[in-house]
Amino acid sequence: MAVTTATTTTFGETPPPRRQRLLEDERWLAFVLLVPTMVLLGMFIAYPFVRGIMLSVTSSRVGVPGDFVGLANYVKIWNDSIFRTAVYNTFLYTGVTTVFKLALGLWLALLLNRNFKGKAFTRAFILLPFIIPTVLSTFAWKWMFDPTFSVINWCLFHLGAITGRINWLGDPDLAMASIMVINIWRGVPFFAISLLAGLQTISPELNEAAAIDGAKPWKRFWYITWPLLLPVTMVVVLFSVIQTFADFQIVYVMTGGGPANATHLFATYAYQIGIGTGLLSEGAAISLAMFPILLLVVIIQLLYIRRVETR
Amino acid sequence: MIEGALWRRWVFFYLPMAFFLLFLLFPFYWMLITSVRPDGELYRPWNSINYNPFWTWKPTWDHVRQLLEETLFVTWLWNTMFIAFVSTVISLVCGVFAGYALSRLNFPFAGSLGTGIFITYLVPQTLLFIPLAEIIRNYRLGDTPWALILTYPTFLIPFCTWLMMGYFKAVPKELEECARIDGASRWQAMLYIIIPVAIPGILSAGIFAFTLSWNEFIYALVFLSSPEQKTVPVGVTSELIRGDVFYWGPLMAGALLGSIPVAIAYSFFVEHYVAGLTGSVKG
Repeated sequence: MAVTTATTTTFGETPPPRRQRLLEDERWLAFVLLVPTMVLLGMFIAYPFVRGIMLSVTSSRVGVPGDFVGLANYVKIWNDSIFRTAVYNTFLYTGVTTVFKLALGLWLALLLNRNFKGKAFTRAFILLPFIIPTVLSTFAWKWMFDPTFSVINWCLFHLGAITGRINWLGDPDLAMASIMVINIWRGVPFFAISLLAGLQTISPELNEAAAIDGAKPWKRFWYITWPLLLPVTMVVVLFSVIQTFADFQIVYVMTGGGPANATHLFATYAYQIGIGTGLLSEGAAISLAMFPILLLVVIIQLLYIRRVETR
Repeated sequence: MIEGALWRRWVFFYLPMAFFLLFLLFPFYWMLITSVRPDGELYRPWNSINYNPFWTWKPTWDHVRQLLEETLFVTWLWNTMFIAFVSTVISLVCGVFAGYALSRLNFPFAGSLGTGIFITYLVPQTLLFIPLAEIIRNYRLGDTPWALILTYPTFLIPFCTWLMMGYFKAVPKELEECARIDGASRWQAMLYIIIPVAIPGILSAGIFAFTLSWNEFIYALVFLSSPEQKTVPVGVTSELIRGDVFYWGPLMAGALLGSIPVAIAYSFFVEHYVAGLTGSVKG
């Protein structure tokens, strides 16, 4: 080929070493470039996944290899009332927070999409909840929800909304609501900034044309902005659903699954059983139980991306 | 600018914006005020009289001093920085190489490999931490920084690859062909022509990866056990709480100081961070 002759004539009298010639072949170069990624992902994603499935069908615990027990662990968790609560909580948590994150995030994105003084500054500050390590900011919230020293109680009391204290983390429903608030707080910036990026790709002329034709702001949003924003919205929501569904940090710090195991999610319950009590196999089964649902979301996402790309 | 009557501007813009800023930023203010407030003021019940929780006239450095002198906080900070930096570098190298291969080279199974990497992007850490803990123990990596340096790339590489693919696809093919005609090998064309063009992408991926590794919690919680090996999030969680007793002053000081390095890194690269964030979603 022309390119190869050019290489040899320019670069030298001696033919290039074998290694270099191999790298000229696209397939070999691709292979070499992909090896580090494949090794790391193979060793720490694919292998653990297989190991996890194998672990979940044994009776192994910390220090005891255990025997093959078939699906006994899955049957056991299926009949476990705490596991059922955790499943219910995870769905509720994901559903409620996603709706709020989308609504508030979209509202914030629309606000940020205007021109005003200090816009870049505001945008940078708004992302802080998303940047700051979740565990650390969750501690600030835990302190704000403290039963005795809660600043939220102080505010509500001085506004005249309550007379006695509210024990935020002592009541199962209030604890769940508190946890949701924190997740929403952390997720809104991500939604807002991603949706803002989507909004900025929509040509302002479309809105102007509709305004000239007499469309009210609400109609313009519903018939122009929303449909054009839908692809970005879909991807952001699916991403967030996966992250929220597998969440661990907020619940671990706020309640540790309590009171009385009422606020567990899949991940925190798997941690409590697998690491806390050392029942490795049962813990592995609990976290793998997330897999079918995550897989479903991923498939929806892949199909959706493909549909958008081929359109 | 925002048009319309004054009251409209207030109702539809300033008030909602103020609400969002208050909601999103108040916890940080609360961290700050708690970490400089003396214990005597801190532990006054919420309904005691003449108590203003939002301000203090007697700021103190006691909590910060306690944190820095009586705990291993500085060690944790250093550990986190080291682990986040090394795993980010590893992920960038892997991600740039893999992104280049997947977006610009023709080879069998390129499509399915790309999909495979995209799927690992969506694997949450909480799915695999139990078998991974076993594997880490078998490799004798437990309780060392390498347990995290080697596992963090599993959620960073897919993201870096995905982002870099987008950047590489935007570089015109002709640029590479010119270099090849001038006698550069494929390897040289990649290293000296294509990668420099994609430097904004590499910065975005790097800053995003750095904040993600700084934020990681469950692997660090499960793989590390001795106090001097811990990262900031795990150290603060396990060492500043004794049983049921929370040392709120040092805890908030720790949360604040543990956030500052990542906030500084972020403030230098806000635009790149936003590009990384939105790129990671759009692909």
